Amino acid sequence: MVRVVQFLFVTKTIWAVVLALLVGSILMLSAGANPLYAYASLFGGAFFDYYGFGATLVKFSPILLAGLAVAIPLRGGLFNVGAEGQIYMGALFCAVAALYLPEFYWPLHLLVCALAGALGGAFWAAIAGYLKAYRGINEVIVTLLLNYVGINIVSYAAGGPMMEEGAPYPYSPEIPSSLFLPHIMLPTDAHAGALVGVLLAVILAFVLKYTTFGFALTTVGSNPQAAKYAGIHVQRQMVVTMALGGALAGLGGAFEILGVKYRLFHMFSPGYGFDGIVVAFMAGANPILVPIAALFFSGLRSGAQFMQRASGVDSTVIDAIQGLVVIFVAASLAIRFGESRWGKLLAQRRALDDQLTPVEKKNA
Amino acid sequence: MLDWMILGDVLRTSLRLMVPIAFAALGGVICERSGVYNVGIEGMMLSGAFGAALGTFLTGSPVAGVMVGILLGAFGGAILAVLSIRLNVNQIVAGIAINLVALGLTAFLARLIFGLDATTKTLAGFTAWAIPGLSAIPFVGPIFFNQDPLVYVLYLLVPFLHWLLYRSAFGLEIRATGENPGAADSAGVPVYRVRFLCTVISGGLAGLGGAYIVVSQVFVFTEHMSAGKGFIALAAIILGRWDPVGTLLASWFFGFCDALQLNLQFANPSVPYQIFTALPYVASILALVGLYGRVKPPAATGLPYRRESKT
Repeated sequence: MVRVVQFLFVTKTIWAVVLALLVGSILMLSAGANPLYAYASLFGGAFFDYYGFGATLVKFSPILLAGLAVAIPLRGGLFNVGAEGQIYMGALFCAVAALYLPEFYWPLHLLVCALAGALGGAFWAAIAGYLKAYRGINEVIVTLLLNYVGINIVSYAAGGPMMEEGAPYPYSPEIPSSLFLPHIMLPTDAHAGALVGVLLAVILAFVLKYTTFGFALTTVGSNPQAAKYAGIHVQRQMVVTMALGGALAGLGGAFEILGVKYRLFHMFSPGYGFDGIVVAFMAGANPILVPIAALFFSGLRSGAQFMQRASGVDSTVIDAIQGLVVIFVAASLAIRFGESRWGKLLAQRRALDDQLTPVEKKNA
Repeated sequence: MLDWMILGDVLRTSLRLMVPIAFAALGGVICERSGVYNVGIEGMMLSGAFGAALGTFLTGSPVAGVMVGILLGAFGGAILAVLSIRLNVNQIVAGIAINLVALGLTAFLARLIFGLDATTKTLAGFTAWAIPGLSAIPFVGPIFFNQDPLVYVLYLLVPFLHWLLYRSAFGLEIRATGENPGAADSAGVPVYRVRFLCTVISGGLAGLGGAYIVVSQVFVFTEHMSAGKGFIALAAIILGRWDPVGTLLASWFFGFCDALQLNLQFANPSVPYQIFTALPYVASILALVGLYGRVKPPAATGLPYRRESKT
């Protein structure tokens, strides 16, 4: 019995997701649809349909990278709410590198474009990291505000200096076709960015756990004072941590240009950066779990269209379910086993045992 | 370049555009002063807008609409309060979750209730209502005193909040809770209750701001119609230094930027309007950097308070 309860607690994130889906099914019922059929079409379309899975992977790439962009700073004690803006700045830097550098040997040029994207995101996040480390200004506020500055800069670039002649709305000329990211599931749009993202998640998990850099990063996060005595340059580490997060989001933005859009559009991201916050949170800021959470969320996003077509439930219900997932997961994480009724009961039992044992201890 | 006619026009528009931001931001001031970051303002505004449309749609009266709007906004605030104060969920995460739920739920319910032609039915709303005497003052009169009733509510709200925060016992409790909850608690201030109440008030005011968009500006509900105004409100709180009057002025500055941006898009397309859309955010960051030391959030904002924790 105790085992079962403990198991329920360990897997509470999953139960929270199930609960959110249940509440979502009430919404679907109120719309006069069969929730079972709706969910079947949603997940069937997102994960068990070749084209549908391709569409899921297209969204998986930016959501995963944005998730890592939030998760890594979170481990370092910093809250990066600015992944959205970093995605935009990454896309801008990448588009500039793709459009204005003279074409050269393509793998190298592609690498330069991706790195330019990472640089753009890193630069944008480093502003917030610097202000936090050296001026003590709350990074949550700064990254949140920088989102809108970044979105507007891209909007200006795509509608002004970089705009294609005669374009009906703000977008840049197309990047050279040699720079298109390789596709991984032809004929869908799924591109190599998804694989790079997963690879980076694994590498980052390794780096956090086994390298001195990872140790410095997480120690600053968990105990800045101890980090200082351990000889870690806390302030510099904060800037670097933030920049690393931004670089990941910027890379996500670059992949959107190189893999899907092939142009710099204004307002091209439907809030991937904010999804990243949700994903990082669900994964408990653990880089290895981020891809799983990201896959779930990108599946929800892309499956919504299948669900709408098959069952007539409006795809906006998915936005509500996403929010509910966050609320329930957040609430479930807040409930700690030790503080719950069950935890307390078990603690009482242990205390009772302790009361009984001293006799034996004295004898021993 | 800008003659008096245009300036008067821009000022009048700026006031109208400021109102939703100002209501939401003033609520946010109360909330952050009590120690809770309300990142969910955006979602609460959207709920308020939806509530206003729903109430007006069902009763035909914009006043009832505003009431429902405030109620739904306050409900959002209550959810944030339960999550962040009772369950100790990270306030930022809880706020973002509320934004997501509001975005999806209002869009979903709008299609369900208003039907697919949700955006075509015009709802009843408030019209400009000139204050006799004051509106006759040249230049100033038509700008400030020929507005709709909710603008006048805003005029009255600011001095009231100023009094509430700095002159009333409850205001002292709010500020104490936001600066040092531990000390406030030991002095007998009901920390949790104060925070809960402030978060609900903040939600209600954000809802009022959202309702204003529906009943005084566009007269329909459209998906995601708050369009980032809640985040601008967060910026206004910072630029306004967590003070009602300052926040009102900051909101007005943002409203002015918005009005200028709209005016430029039509009148002078060669000037990039994005400068003015981005200006509020840049100004807020610069305010944080430049005025550092003088601009400081309440010390305990964003930190959950637990009675038995040591910090």
